[in-house]
Amino acid sequence: MNAISMNDYLVFCTVLFSIGVAGVLIKRNALSIFMSIELMLNSINLLLAAFSVYMNDPAGQVFVFFIMVVAAAEVAIGLAILVMVYRHTHSVDIHLLNRLKW
Amino acid sequence: MKVYLFYFLCILALYSAFMVVISKKPIHTVLYLTLAMFCLGGHYVLLNAQFLAVVHIIVYAGAIMVLFLFTVMLLNLNKEGEFQKPALVQVAAMAAGGILMITLVGVLKQTDVVMAKDPTMTQIGLVSSLAKVLYHEYLLPFEVSSVLFLSAMVGAVLLGKKD
Repeated sequence: MNAISMNDYLVFCTVLFSIGVAGVLIKRNALSIFMSIELMLNSINLLLAAFSVYMNDPAGQVFVFFIMVVAAAEVAIGLAILVMVYRHTHSVDIHLLNRLKW
Repeated sequence: MKVYLFYFLCILALYSAFMVVISKKPIHTVLYLTLAMFCLGGHYVLLNAQFLAVVHIIVYAGAIMVLFLFTVMLLNLNKEGEFQKPALVQVAAMAAGGILMITLVGVLKQTDVVMAKDPTMTQIGLVSSLAKVLYHEYLLPFEVSSVLFLSAMVGAVLLGKKD
């Protein structure tokens, strides 16, 4: 039986990241876009943890922990902004927010 | 055994991630993302990173997904296909994601990642060994992150308040 190699993790995380990118491009619902971003963040987290384990360096896992901390704060703020946007426009459609482009 | 478990978790995670993108109702998106989070937690267990596995389950599957669920529930967003991009844009987006995937996989498959250690032998993911690193070398960032949390909490309350 052959062990799980680092390349398996690389390919898996890359595919997961690409699915997240496609989700950001496809969706118009701001909440779904936010969830696709979470998916991308998580795939990179797993890759960092995998490299940390295979390199036998605990610093990588500490950094994954810090990324999780920042992601939790980011989700709290992001959802608060989303609720505020909903209160002003009564929708979470990102096409109503295209004024932010200029 | 471990290899089969790895591939099973991979397929389940990719399936649920795909359904996150495909499904129309926001509530289904949230539930499939929760399933994907649990699969990633299983991956952390397979990597022998037990601390990260527990933190991932608590923070993501526990806290963040509940926040998403509450938002879907409170804003009453659960209407199917409320707004969708035109079919051409969807196909173009899928093609862009697929091309990105093919490129990255093609590049990364050719790289020969030389690994020093057998992952089943490492003990670095255990709480005791990780805590030594966290509280010795990364003590200052750890404390600063608590300030970040405090400011995020204040900001969220301020944004959520009716003015």
